[in-house]
Amino acid sequence: MNKKLIIIGGGPAGLAAAAAAFDAGLPAEEILILERDREPGGILNQCIHAGFGLHRFGEELSGPEYAGRYIDMVRERGIEIVTDAMVLSLTDSREISFVSPSTGFVRLQAEAIILAMGCRERTRGALCIPGTRPAGVYTAGCAQRYVNVEGFMPGKKVVILGSGDIGLIMARRMTLEGAKVLCVCEIMPYSGGLARNIVQCLDDFGIPLHLSHTVTEIHGKDRVTGVTIAAVDEANGRRPIPGTEQYIECDTLLLSVGLIPENELTRGAAIEMDRVTSGASVNQDRETSVPGIYACGNALHVHDLVDFVSEEAELAGRAAAARILGEAETAKCVLPVKTGFGVRYSVPQRVEIGEGTDKVRLFFRVDTPRKKVRLIAADDSGNVLVKRTKTAVAPGEMESLELSAEVLSGLAANGAKEIQLMLEEM
Amino acid sequence: MIYDVLIIGAGITGTMTARALSAYGCSVAVAEAGSDVAWGATKANSAIVHAGYDCVPGTMKARLNVRGCAMMEEACAALGVSYKRCGSHVVAFDEDDMATLRDLYERGVKNGVPDMKILSQAELREMEPNISPEAVGSLWAPTAGIVCPYGLAIAAAENAATNGVKFYFDFPVSDVSRAGDVYYVSDGKETIAARRIVNAAGVHSAEVAGILGEHDFPVTIIPRRGEYIVMDKSVGNTVNSTLFVAPSPKGKGILVAQTVDGNLLVGPNANEIADADDVSVTADGLSEIMTGALRLIPTVSQRNSITNFAGVRATPSTHDFHICISEQLSGVIHAVGVESPGLASSPATAEYIVELLAQDGLVLEKKSDYIPTRRRDGNPKPFAHMTDEERAQAILRDPAYGRIICRCETVTEGDLKDAMRSPVPAKDLDMLKRRTRAGMGRCQGGFCSPRAAVLLADEQETSLDHIGKSGKSSWLVYDRDEEEA
Repeated sequence: MNKKLIIIGGGPAGLAAAAAAFDAGLPAEEILILERDREPGGILNQCIHAGFGLHRFGEELSGPEYAGRYIDMVRERGIEIVTDAMVLSLTDSREISFVSPSTGFVRLQAEAIILAMGCRERTRGALCIPGTRPAGVYTAGCAQRYVNVEGFMPGKKVVILGSGDIGLIMARRMTLEGAKVLCVCEIMPYSGGLARNIVQCLDDFGIPLHLSHTVTEIHGKDRVTGVTIAAVDEANGRRPIPGTEQYIECDTLLLSVGLIPENELTRGAAIEMDRVTSGASVNQDRETSVPGIYACGNALHVHDLVDFVSEEAELAGRAAAARILGEAETAKCVLPVKTGFGVRYSVPQRVEIGEGTDKVRLFFRVDTPRKKVRLIAADDSGNVLVKRTKTAVAPGEMESLELSAEVLSGLAANGAKEIQLMLEEM
Repeated sequence: MIYDVLIIGAGITGTMTARALSAYGCSVAVAEAGSDVAWGATKANSAIVHAGYDCVPGTMKARLNVRGCAMMEEACAALGVSYKRCGSHVVAFDEDDMATLRDLYERGVKNGVPDMKILSQAELREMEPNISPEAVGSLWAPTAGIVCPYGLAIAAAENAATNGVKFYFDFPVSDVSRAGDVYYVSDGKETIAARRIVNAAGVHSAEVAGILGEHDFPVTIIPRRGEYIVMDKSVGNTVNSTLFVAPSPKGKGILVAQTVDGNLLVGPNANEIADADDVSVTADGLSEIMTGALRLIPTVSQRNSITNFAGVRATPSTHDFHICISEQLSGVIHAVGVESPGLASSPATAEYIVELLAQDGLVLEKKSDYIPTRRRDGNPKPFAHMTDEERAQAILRDPAYGRIICRCETVTEGDLKDAMRSPVPAKDLDMLKRRTRAGMGRCQGGFCSPRAAVLLADEQETSLDHIGKSGKSSWLVYDRDEEEA
C-alpha cells in the first residue's frame, strides 16, 4: 500500500484535496484517503439542513448532498478511501501509522501528507461550568448526531449555551422535532454565528437570544432538571452579575461554545502552530513548517462555510501534487502576514513569492463586530496593496482580500519585509 | 442461599476485601447502593498512594497506610492496574512550614515510612523545575505513588467475581433483621442472607451501622466535599511527582499531581456539607483550588481544564479509621470512617478485615482453584497500552481492535466489548468510561459517546433510549415515535 500522497481525513477538506491532486496530474493509485468514520463525508453527514454549496455549486444543498458530490468526484477518479481508519502517529519525515479493521496496523511513508482532520467542539469541562454532572449536557454536534444519525431525541426542554452556528441550527432542529427550546444564552454581546442563522433558526421560531448571558450552574442528579443563567458584566471579565441569576427548568443543556481544530497529530510532528487559530501555520499553498506536510479545512482554522473549506483544500491538493510531480517552484522571498488593528488572525500566515507565483487570497477574521470599515492589506512601509469597504463585519463571518500576481512580484522586487492586514474605521 | 460474608459497599475497601476473601472457600456477596463499583468517594479522590507520614503515630491509619503503600505495587501488578511510584513532596513556603515538614518527617519515621528526606529549595527545584520560586523546601517521600482508584476497585471486583463473589448493585441497604446467626439484609425489594457482615459503606457507614442495630455508635461521619479540576494531558508533565502544600487542620491541602493516565490533577478543597451525596462543583470551590494550585505551580492554567468533579470524604468524628469487630453485634465487622488514606491503605485494610473475620470465627481455607490475577477474556491489556506489534496481532485476532471509538484516549471497539463482557460488566456510558477511559479525553465524549451508546444498546439487545449515562434514571435520549404512539 505504498502511496505518494496520504490525506488524513475524508471529510469535505480531504475529499476536495484528493480530487484536486488528481486533477493536477497525480495518478489515482498514488493517492490514499484515511477516514476515521464508517463513511467518508465527515461532519457533513449529520448536517441535514440546507445552505451548503451556494458559493461552490450555485445551489443550496444539504450537508450529505454536498459531501455526496465530492465523494462521487473522488470515486469517479478512482482514488482509494480506507474508512474506519485512525491515524495514530505522524512524524516530520512524513511517516504515519494507522489502524483499521480491514487493514490492521499499517505504517506508511509518503512524499506528501495533507492534514484534514477537522475540528472538535469545546466542552462543559473546558468552560468549568459549576453544578452537578447529570445526563443531558451535550455539545450541539453530539446532539445533532443523536437526532440526525441515530434518530433519537436528546431532550424535551432545552437551553442552549453559545450562539455558534451548530447551536443555532440545533435550536431549529430540536424545535422541528418537537422539543421546546427555551432560550439561547450567549456570553458575548453579539452572536458568533452567521446572521442568516440567527434569523432562520431563532427569530423565525420565536426563540429568545439572551446576549451577555451565561449558564452559571447545572442542576439535577441523574438527568438535568434545570440550569441557572445570569447576565455577565462586560466590564468585569464577563463574570456573572450577582442578583441577575434566573433558574430555568429544563432537561437538556446544549453547548455551542466554540470549535477547536484537531491537531494532536500535527503537534506530534512538531509542526509550527498558530496560537490564535490552534491550527498549523501555513503558506498560501497551505504547506506547514514541515516541507511536504499540508493542512486545510477546519483542522487548519475553523471556517464559516464549507464552500471555503473545499476551496482551501484544493489549494493544498494541487500544491501537494506539484511537489510530488517535481513541479513546485522555489520561493525567492517569504513574507509573514502580520495582523493589525481589528484583525484576529490570518490564513495563510506567510506568503512565499517565486517566479510564477499566482494571486493569493488572504482569509481573516475580525476581532469584534464593527460597522463601516475598510479592510486593508499593506506592506511594511504602509503602502496600501489592496482595500475594500464593508458596511459591517463580524467575527462569525470570514473576510478575505486578494493580492494579485503583480502586487506580489512588486513586493518581492521592492524588498518588502511583511504584509500587514488591518481594519480602518470610517 | 446464605452467604458466609456480605460486604456492604463496593468502594475500594469493599472490593479489595471481597478480592482478599475470594481466595478462601467461603461464599461472599457484595451489596452496593450505586449502580457500579467505586460509586462514592472511590471514584472521586486525589488518586494518591500516600507514603504515610501524615498519620498520627499509633493510629490505625498510620499502620494500614504504611503497610498498604508497601503492598500496592504487587496488588496493582496482579490486577493489571497502572501504578506509578512517583514520590511526593510536601512543599514549604516559609519557616513555619519548614517546622511542619520536620514534624511530618518525625511522624513518618515513627510510622515506619522509608527513605524520606527534607530537601532544600535548590534540591526541590531540580526535581520539580516548575515549582513556585516562593517554595523554600520540601519533605520528599519516594514511596508515595499514584494509581487509578476506580480502576483498582473495578479490577479487584472483577477478580473477586472471577473467584465466585456475587455482586448486587442498586442495592441501598434499608432494613436488616436477624434470625439465629443469620442476618437478612434488604433494600426494601430484595433480601440477602448472610452470617457475617462487613460494613464498608463509606460516607454512609455510620448510618449502616445504625441499620444493622448498633446503639450509641461511637463514630459519626462528617461528609466533607473536595473539588478537583482535571487538566489536559498536554500539561500532564508539569510535575514529576505529587506536590502538596504543607497541611492544615482541614486536610492535606491542595495538591498538584499527575494522574497515572497522564493528566494533571489539581484539588481538593475540603468543605463540610449537609448532604453526603452532594457531589456538585461550585464556582467558589473551583476558584479556591486554582488559587491553591497556583501557589505551588504558577503556570497552572484553568484554560487546560478538561473536566471537574467532586467527591465526598467519609471523615470520622474520631479522626481515625474505625475498623473492628462490633462490640454489640455478633458477626459484624465495621470499616467505618475510611477517608484518606483509604486508597493507599486498601490492600492492608482488606488483609486486616480478613484477619478480623478469622478472629470472629470465620473458617478460612485457601481455595485450590483461586485465580490471583485478573483475567481479561479479550486482550491482555488495553489497546492504548499495547506496542505496535501487539496492536497488529490484536487486530488480526479480532478486527474490532482496529476500530477506534474514542480517539482522544485511543480506545477501540474491542476494548469496549471487553468491558461490556467483563465479570462486572459495563452497562452504561460512565461504567464504560471508568473501565476503558472512552470519553475521558479532551473532547469529553463529544465524539465517542453516541458511538459507545450504540454499542451498549447492541450488546444489551435494546434501543438507545434504554441506555443511561450513569445509572438507571440517567437517560440519554428518548424515542419521539414511541412517545407519540
